[in-house]
Amino acid sequence: MNQTLAAGKSFGTATTGKLAMWLFLVMDALTFITILIGGIALRNAAPSWPQADVILNVPLTAFNTFLLICTSFTMVMALNGVQRNDQKSLVKYLGLTILGGVVFLGIQVYEYYHFIAGNESLGAALSASGFSGDKFLPSTGMYGAVFYTTTSFHGLHVLSGVIYLFVIFLQAKNGIYGSDNFDRVEIAGLFWHFVDLIWILVFTIIYLL
Amino acid sequence: MSTDHHKESFWTKYIFSTDHKIIGIQYGITSLVWLLFGFTLMMIMRYQLAYPESPVPFIGSLLGDGGILPSEMYNSLGAMHGTIMIFLGVVPLAFGAFGNYFVPLQIGAIDMAFPKLNAASYWMYFMGSVVMAIGFFVPGGAANSGWTSYPPLADVATMGQTVWLWGMVLLITSSLLGSVNILVTVIQLRTEGMTWMKLPIFVWTQFITAFLLLLAFPPLEAAGVLQLMDRLAGTSFFMPSGLVVSGEVLTNAGGGSPLLWQHLFWFLAHPEVYVLILPAFGIITEIIANNTRKPIWGYKALVYAMIFLGFMSFIVWAHHMYITGMGTTIGAFFQTTTMIISIPSVVILTALLLSLWGGSIRFNTPMLFALGFIPMFGIGGLTGLPLGLAASDIHLHDTYYVIGHFHYVVAPGTIFALFAGIYYWFPKMTGKKTNETLGKLHFFFSFIFMNGVFMPMFVQGLAGVSRRLWDGGEIYAHAADVLYLNEVMSVSAWLLGLAQIFFIVNMIVSLRGKKTAEVNPWDATTIEWTDTTSPPLGHGNFETVPSVYRGPYEYSVPGADKDFTPQSEKG
Repeated sequence: MNQTLAAGKSFGTATTGKLAMWLFLVMDALTFITILIGGIALRNAAPSWPQADVILNVPLTAFNTFLLICTSFTMVMALNGVQRNDQKSLVKYLGLTILGGVVFLGIQVYEYYHFIAGNESLGAALSASGFSGDKFLPSTGMYGAVFYTTTSFHGLHVLSGVIYLFVIFLQAKNGIYGSDNFDRVEIAGLFWHFVDLIWILVFTIIYLL
Repeated sequence: MSTDHHKESFWTKYIFSTDHKIIGIQYGITSLVWLLFGFTLMMIMRYQLAYPESPVPFIGSLLGDGGILPSEMYNSLGAMHGTIMIFLGVVPLAFGAFGNYFVPLQIGAIDMAFPKLNAASYWMYFMGSVVMAIGFFVPGGAANSGWTSYPPLADVATMGQTVWLWGMVLLITSSLLGSVNILVTVIQLRTEGMTWMKLPIFVWTQFITAFLLLLAFPPLEAAGVLQLMDRLAGTSFFMPSGLVVSGEVLTNAGGGSPLLWQHLFWFLAHPEVYVLILPAFGIITEIIANNTRKPIWGYKALVYAMIFLGFMSFIVWAHHMYITGMGTTIGAFFQTTTMIISIPSVVILTALLLSLWGGSIRFNTPMLFALGFIPMFGIGGLTGLPLGLAASDIHLHDTYYVIGHFHYVVAPGTIFALFAGIYYWFPKMTGKKTNETLGKLHFFFSFIFMNGVFMPMFVQGLAGVSRRLWDGGEIYAHAADVLYLNEVMSVSAWLLGLAQIFFIVNMIVSLRGKKTAEVNPWDATTIEWTDTTSPPLGHGNFETVPSVYRGPYEYSVPGADKDFTPQSEKG
């Protein structure tokens, strides 16, 4: 992005890049809201809906939620580091944020694998919820459709966030950021916090309600 | 500027450019090619409608089956005509081409806020259009469930539908990137003195259009993801239980809601209508002010009407869905909002009409198209009122009346405005003048044949002829009295196609011609005319970035020494 065009321009206290990210997040939030509300509407229309903790592994995902909240904290620490011109702290906390994101994705992949491979106890849980077979798939009723669409759409956001932060991480290792130049770190942070925030909604709606 | 610049190769200068002007022209050329292609699809369909089941001349051998257009392909062509005209033609031309080229110039910016993002959004659009084209070559042909892609039909349709969805995802992403860019550019990069109420109306319309795209496309993107899941991952978001297709019960899980798609789709597609028309209003306003040589009537009323229009466009979508069995309470709500949204449209049209009053009008080609736009959009808008009321809509829904209505808005409406814009800004973009005689011939023939195509549709529609009939209604008794109109419309459509040759020849001849245009051939006031060369400098647009001291339409100011006072003139 061309920095010279944006030089000295600001909207309130937001730089040009930050303004663009906020606008992008408005549109992304609307996309998520559509998927979440669509899911809720279909659930209300369904004759029955399984209880959340029968099929899904709620404690494991609760841990995942905790992990993602922690990465929001490390992201704040990374920004705090660069604002103090503390290069080491910036690189360390960015690295931890990325690590947290990768572990989150790993656990999500493990969860999907467990569902798609199927086993007897999963089969028992499925039949208790009125489904046949011992695999939990996107085609397992509206429940499977809503679960997979919502969580995978969020997972793609985490993946994009990890790649995005990794680029920032490489730039940070080369020392291009400092207390006079941290706008891009802050903008990447906005995206990451947004993805975390959306996960809280997804977790509540899919795993708890 | 060019002296301290290393010599650029053809590829970096014209293909992978990040200059907003080059990107604007790339958008323009690509979308004009698609407009022509989309129109050609319709000309093929019109042959089948005028002369059912006779072989199509010239290209019949491509269609197979003895040169007769097969009914499945007719559906494909219909769906793709709508998709191409809207998403690959009119929106990229109105928003991508004109927005990219003229928003930075009119606000005194040296480029868009994010030039690389700008190039990315063009190439995303280009890839989306390639994916759409690939659709024609997959088994079963291109998408054939209508441009609205209603499930469950679209869920069980041939592979073309999947290609269509992937294409849409790319096109939506492109539009979203573009709209973020335009919004940030207008908010941040206005030159000194360019306050909000000094913006040319064209910039206002692009700004509001960008907001509409930003807020309306996400639901469609989400809906597209859900339909892709239905088609690829075996979910049943839009598939009801126990669906029977071709005598076989489908084994999908069911429990889905086809209506959910319609809500999500129209939540996008109604604001999309205003995405199509707002840039047209902007172009027409510029041209009318310029060619009446007087200030536009009611600048603030226009701005507020357009903002209100943009806001209202989000709460009228279900007027497309009266026949889905909605309750009378919901129906009453959407009828009311639909009647309310006609008010700002009337304000805008009235302001444009009153702007003509007492002006010394110059009848050049852009002005002719602008003057043609006003009554044509008026017809399109007024014929929409019966469709906004449930009682009359139940009779007219899905008939040719609907086709006539929205084509009057988009074809002799928006597309006339886009032609007007091309003729108006051609000297600025190329430094060459267009040929006025060819331009006027283009206008008059287009005007006559546009009406020849679309006016009879109201007659057929009122008689109850459905919009998606392969044989044009031949086997329906109630269509017998109006069937002869099919030939009238088809011949008009082909002649309309011929009339576009004037335009194509004009563009080529003018580009190659020696008649160079002055910097400000129309004696206009906005800064893209007064403060930069034709065409503007490669990178940077202005020799020195102008400051702005006055409103955009100061024509015939009493006491001034000439009949236009540029925005950048002091005092």
